[in-house]
Amino acid sequence: MAHGPSENFFNRWLFSTSHKDIGTLYLWFSFAMFLLGGFFAMVIRAELFQPGMQLIKPDFFVQMTTMHGLVMVFGAIMPAFVGLANWMIPMMIGAPDMALPRMNNLSFWLLPFAFAILTSTLFMEGGGPNFGWTFYAPLSTTYAPDSVNYFIFAVHIMGASSIMGSINIIATVMNMRAPGMTYMKMPMFVWTWLITAFLLVAVMPVLAGLVTMMLMDINFGTSFFDAAGGGDPVLFQHVFWFFGHPEVYIIILPAFGVISQIIPTFSRKPLFGYSSMVYATASIAFLSFVVWAHHMFTVGMPIAGELYFMYATMLIAVPTGVKVFNWITTMYKGALTFETPMLFSVAFVILFTFGGFTGMMLSIAAADIQYHDTYFVVAHFHYVMVAGAVFSGTAAVYYWLPKWCGKMYDETMGKVQFWIAFISFNITFMPQHFLGLAGMPRRYSDYGLQFADWNMVSSVGAFLYGGAQLLFLYNVIRTIGWGKPISDPQVWEGAQGLEWTVPTPAPFHTFSTPPVIK
Amino acid sequence: MLKRAKALFLGLPSLASLLFAGGVSAESAATQLNMPQGVTEVSQAAYDIHMIMIWICTVIGVLVFGFMFYIMYAHRKSKGVTAANFHENLTVEVLWTVIPALILIVMAVPATTALLKAYDTGNPDIDIKVTGYQWKWQYEYIGEGVKFMSELRTSQDEIYGRAPKGEHYLREVTQPLVIPTNKKVRFLITGNDVIHSWWVPDFGVKRDAVPGLFTAAWAKTDKPGTYVGQCTELCGLGHAFMPVVVEVKEEAEYDAWLAGKKEEVAVYASTIGKQWTFDELMVKGEEVYGLSCAGCHQENGEGIPGVFPALKDSPIVLGPAAGHIDILINGVAGTAMQSFAEQLSEVEIAAVIHYKRNAWGNDVGDIVQPIDVLNFKQSQ
Repeated sequence: MAHGPSENFFNRWLFSTSHKDIGTLYLWFSFAMFLLGGFFAMVIRAELFQPGMQLIKPDFFVQMTTMHGLVMVFGAIMPAFVGLANWMIPMMIGAPDMALPRMNNLSFWLLPFAFAILTSTLFMEGGGPNFGWTFYAPLSTTYAPDSVNYFIFAVHIMGASSIMGSINIIATVMNMRAPGMTYMKMPMFVWTWLITAFLLVAVMPVLAGLVTMMLMDINFGTSFFDAAGGGDPVLFQHVFWFFGHPEVYIIILPAFGVISQIIPTFSRKPLFGYSSMVYATASIAFLSFVVWAHHMFTVGMPIAGELYFMYATMLIAVPTGVKVFNWITTMYKGALTFETPMLFSVAFVILFTFGGFTGMMLSIAAADIQYHDTYFVVAHFHYVMVAGAVFSGTAAVYYWLPKWCGKMYDETMGKVQFWIAFISFNITFMPQHFLGLAGMPRRYSDYGLQFADWNMVSSVGAFLYGGAQLLFLYNVIRTIGWGKPISDPQVWEGAQGLEWTVPTPAPFHTFSTPPVIK
Repeated sequence: MLKRAKALFLGLPSLASLLFAGGVSAESAATQLNMPQGVTEVSQAAYDIHMIMIWICTVIGVLVFGFMFYIMYAHRKSKGVTAANFHENLTVEVLWTVIPALILIVMAVPATTALLKAYDTGNPDIDIKVTGYQWKWQYEYIGEGVKFMSELRTSQDEIYGRAPKGEHYLREVTQPLVIPTNKKVRFLITGNDVIHSWWVPDFGVKRDAVPGLFTAAWAKTDKPGTYVGQCTELCGLGHAFMPVVVEVKEEAEYDAWLAGKKEEVAVYASTIGKQWTFDELMVKGEEVYGLSCAGCHQENGEGIPGVFPALKDSPIVLGPAAGHIDILINGVAGTAMQSFAEQLSEVEIAAVIHYKRNAWGNDVGDIVQPIDVLNFKQSQ
């Protein structure tokens, strides 16, 4: 028990096999990517501040939208939740570490290389990926810049990293639970991650297959997606969304898990409907595999296909509704307090549900003909991705940071950050609903004069929202460096679960002896 | 504060729908917040189902969030409450699974009807083939021998802020599509290079233009007017610069327009053998270049290094005319350089080649005649 982390900086961080250190690496990496992706978003919103091309050229604009999407999805949100999983899953199930610690190290260290390769394409002749984060062929094959090969390579590496990370999580949850920790006693965060990990293992190879087919089309003369050679560009979309739709649940399910931990704590009341939450999560995961073509309602599918994908998509509202009702009922007759993590969680429930409403509208194929590929869709998925995943990630950091570093963050600053983020988020994305309904397509570098007002409002909101993230960074650094030390293992009055039984700050080794679960 | 802010945000869409319901987009464009009702059955059906969804969501939202705000107000620790300990109730779980499922079933009925309407593309009066190109649309009146390109008319100066922006900034084209009132017009939509998407909000028509595939949509309206739409599938750097403009004319007016178009075709056929002068071709060529070539090769002919080759001082441009004609007619396989054989007329191809050979310091000096292009085409 005596030995702690290596004294040597490089040994500690480069060769680490500790789930806590690797979790920390994941979280810092994802925050760096969040700032990078956010910077790209700022460039986009600056250009769209007024009609006309002011700052950048249309080609660079499209590169920015592409890179913003790729970096945020694969670089910021996914690694952030893997980081939380690394830190929290062993502590929540009473395990000393992840099941496969060396692979854990590898799966993290692949990521910086993948994103270094991806970002470097921006500096190559011909520019970076300019075909959207959905990279539809043939724009991403026949018509792509040369750097597309680097993009493909980077996606392969990220995929390998994700698959390793999720195998590790599955192995850990299945094999390393403390005696007595049955599946139906696991915290919701562990459950959501277990299901997410299965989704990842199922769909990341599909993405890898897809980019490999692109690679063949570009370099080896095949015609998977080239109609002139007997291929089909629509095939690309089917394969992409067979990966892509589960992917959005890969992002949001761990966020559900975080919220299911935080709301009971600050309601001082156990999670309502635990088992129905587990079943709802599993149902959402199952449905995510059978609804992919609702992203393709305007591609010209036969009517039978349209109807099937519409009905199946509408069904997702049921288990998602169950989750929302359970969260609200958890709060009912609790003793509520609104510390920063709770504020972000309550905002999550409200704004995610709002995004769910627009999602339900989008599922109606006849109306989707008007919504498809407009700013209405952009607004919808930012409500679920930003107010969903990012708010939940922020809540998680504030919730567990005191446990990680044994110091308390500045509550006032946290609350100020929350209110700036909440208000500016809505200023940014609420008007985008109106823009979309009024007819502004997404990925437009320039627009007609009738869209000018709301674009300006949206850009102002975006800059404010970006500023709130710097406050977040400052608050976290300040906490780690100069926060008020605390030693209460419980940290939060209403917190339940094994992670709150270990000392604060969490020692380098926890649960070397398995805890006893009643 | 929390409550009021939320209520404001949540109330907005339904408020908007009340204030701005109705009104065809052309008139109310400046203040439009809601989906246009449009001028066809299909767009009306889309609007109706959209409004049904908004109201259902608003009602559910008011109930659910109302309850939530009540909890956040009444069950705060600062009010001295102690937390209850219940955490399970099968009855409510079943209720909040079954009730939403029933609501969905009710919603599925109008949703299905509306979709069937959009797909009812049989028995058209007129068929128009719509082809997406980087970055313009081609319209072909099937069986009429009329075919033309429709390209953005807004100038680069307006886009780059060197000239004030006009009223129809980015919503104006060289030649709009023209259709008659009270006829069922079927659009057969395809793509030439990458995937585009042809969208006219007021018709409720949005269909992807996929290379190698035809998709169908239809419109029938009794309201003459100009309806503007846009490309809605990312198709490269000119994605934002290929609007759709459709003029709906009364039948008699439409017939006159179509007759005029047919005459243009006939007149053109008779002038193809004409010998053009150096300056005539330069003027025509500059115009064609600006519309069809400058998007990639740039106004100054210098291209974008690493993406689009320069034409200034290019060995192909300065070499024998036949090589250059070949590239325009056949394109360059595996690159973004497409075939212009279907997009440009012989006169336009000859003029633009002539222009490139004699602009920006290029000075070949000879004349490329339309008949040379025609001969090249026929010799293939």
